[in-house]
Amino acid sequence: MSRSTQSKKEAEHLAEWGADGARQKLGLMMLIRAFEEKAEELFALGRVHGTMHLSIGQEATAVGAASALRRGDYLLNHHRGHGHCLAWFDSDVDAMMAEFMGKETGYCRGRGGSMHIANVEANNLGANGIVAGGVPIAVGVGLSIKMRQTDQVCMVNFGDGASNEGAFHESLNMASIWKLPVIYLCENNQYAMSMPVTKAMTVAQISDRAAAYGIPGVTVDGNDPVAVYEAVAAAAARARAGQGPTLVESQTYRWRGHSKSDKQAYRTRDEVKEWQQRDPILRFAARLGLSDAEREAMRQAAVDRINAAVAFAEASPEPDVRTIMDGVYA
Amino acid sequence: MTTPKLLSLENLPVAPPAGTREITYVEAVREALRQALTADERVFLMGEDIGVYGGAFGATAGLAQEFGEGRVIDTPISEAGIAGACVGAALAGMRPVGEIQFMDFVTLSMEQLVLQAAKIRFMFGGKATVPMVLRMPGGSGTGAAAQHSESLENWFVHVPGLKVVMPSTPYDVKGLLLAAILDDNPVIFVEHKLLYKTKGPVPEAPYVVPLGQSRVARTGQHLTVIATSLMVNRALEAAQKLAGEGIECEVIDPRTLNPLDEAPIVASVKKTGRALVVHEAVRTGGYGGELVSRIVDSAAFDYLEAPVRRLTGLDIPIPYNRNLEAHAVPQVDAIVAEARRLARGEV
Ligand SMILES: Cc1ncc(C[n+]2csc(CCOP(=O)(O)OP(=O)(O)O)c2C)c(N)n1
Ligand SMILES: [Mg+2]
Repeated sequence: MSRSTQSKKEAEHLAEWGADGARQKLGLMMLIRAFEEKAEELFALGRVHGTMHLSIGQEATAVGAASALRRGDYLLNHHRGHGHCLAWFDSDVDAMMAEFMGKETGYCRGRGGSMHIANVEANNLGANGIVAGGVPIAVGVGLSIKMRQTDQVCMVNFGDGASNEGAFHESLNMASIWKLPVIYLCENNQYAMSMPVTKAMTVAQISDRAAAYGIPGVTVDGNDPVAVYEAVAAAAARARAGQGPTLVESQTYRWRGHSKSDKQAYRTRDEVKEWQQRDPILRFAARLGLSDAEREAMRQAAVDRINAAVAFAEASPEPDVRTIMDGVYA
Repeated sequence: MTTPKLLSLENLPVAPPAGTREITYVEAVREALRQALTADERVFLMGEDIGVYGGAFGATAGLAQEFGEGRVIDTPISEAGIAGACVGAALAGMRPVGEIQFMDFVTLSMEQLVLQAAKIRFMFGGKATVPMVLRMPGGSGTGAAAQHSESLENWFVHVPGLKVVMPSTPYDVKGLLLAAILDDNPVIFVEHKLLYKTKGPVPEAPYVVPLGQSRVARTGQHLTVIATSLMVNRALEAAQKLAGEGIECEVIDPRTLNPLDEAPIVASVKKTGRALVVHEAVRTGGYGGELVSRIVDSAAFDYLEAPVRRLTGLDIPIPYNRNLEAHAVPQVDAIVAEARRLARGEV
């Protein structure tokens, strides 16, 4: 698709969202950023333990992808998944923050934490601490949809690094031969921890890997929610029509270190700055023609919402130690 | 071809005096790796983020700069591939030392370890050797939750053909790692995240601590505590507290889980008549079951004055919440309480 026809289609999608819809998507991106910035702060203050993987700079992918799907569809998420969880249907910021802080009121009653946030009632089947751990699970979810003959789809998101696990390759092949309604969303943020994509594989684009399994592969600008929306919407339409899976590669960038302890010796400050020029939030706000004041008011609203979630989480009880054995078996 | 530079067991001192220089556990790992890379051309390292990043816990920091990316190899995220590549390189004359970033991820390497590395020599009539080491940090206590806190050592103990090493001190980790690299068998080398920053005396020159030798970490006459990895430290702390109450524990660290050197354990239980086994891994199917069996199967049986007790991780995945996480595995106070009951004949 040439650039100009693509922009035209994107403009149509933007129009489809309407001014309010588009603003709501921007607001969601800001909510994700505010969540991540608060998470980082809480961590620095020693108020949470463990580790976390921030998606600052990648907000457009989460928001664009979720908005292309329907309530009732399935999500399988990965370790850098706060954004996807917030963008998913019926998400509850309070329950997210409470889980992040290990409280009983959290999505997973404080048992899962940052890496394992799930909202099972909303078919958000959870984040995964294992790289590519959710990718083969998508095959089974897709198979179930097919057997139950519903028009749901399953989106599984994962990183560039995950596409080097054997599980990724087995999964794409199985979904392909059985024409399963699965959307593989590879969030290529250029690094797997310290490993640059260019050193980890020799294909030019991760979406090229789709060819090995006879399925479509597309690469889109992951810092543009409309571009991501469009690619995921096309993949969903294909999946619902019984035509099988699609591999969507969303090109983006991780602004922060891999996790809490990362000296980032593997990349330059200039490279980070260059990508920060492509801030998905500022770009989209400009595209919607927002004034600085309007944008700032939206940002402040997001920050306020996150602060309220922190207050909720802080007022919430710790899990009762006497319930420690709960939930191992059904 | 020039004669390759090789490190050999014959040239290395066995368990020399510890001396006075103190370094951390992770520095001791790094020192062993550096000395092996320096002395033996067959040795190379491979794993995720072990190069410029220096490894998730810093074990290989600086080694890529020192030895080059050809010998300190960053891999894609491919744990089955790492294990398999170690097997192949070992079969073909090298001495690979792989790193699995967290022990949890070794579940992705299992086929290559269990069905290939462990069995190749036997299946080929004893004619092939697979001299590889796979290092991995296990254990909880860092808030990393259920998929980054596993203690899976007993999975490997259950596989003939694999050796399983689990050092608890800086001194042992260095000597055992060098011994593992020089061993002609595949060795699963289990480190612990919470041990990395602990300090202790370590000789600077290369040396080995032979695989398959238990260590009596503290002597005492009232009961025997057999503990592994981080739990050795906790058992020693508990023993210190109990000494104040007049209860003297003998603490034994098997160091190598397979092959197990059971003689010092049997001798100790014959002396004390009471035994407590402590490990972090979950209880059911854990190494404690093996240790208890070895004791009751042995000449120590007739000397037992109480049931052999186990204090282990609960039979649950590791929870995220800090408080729950701490309750999931044995802490010092729990060891004190259990050992006290046992010593006083209350169990
Ligand atoms: C099977 C497995 N191997 C290694 C890790 C450690 N680890 C966690 S995230 C990560 C990098 C993942 O890179 P990518 O898939 O690109 O996702 P990103 O972190 O960039 O979002 C690594 C190596 C893991 N969690 N699981
Ligand atoms: Mg990545």
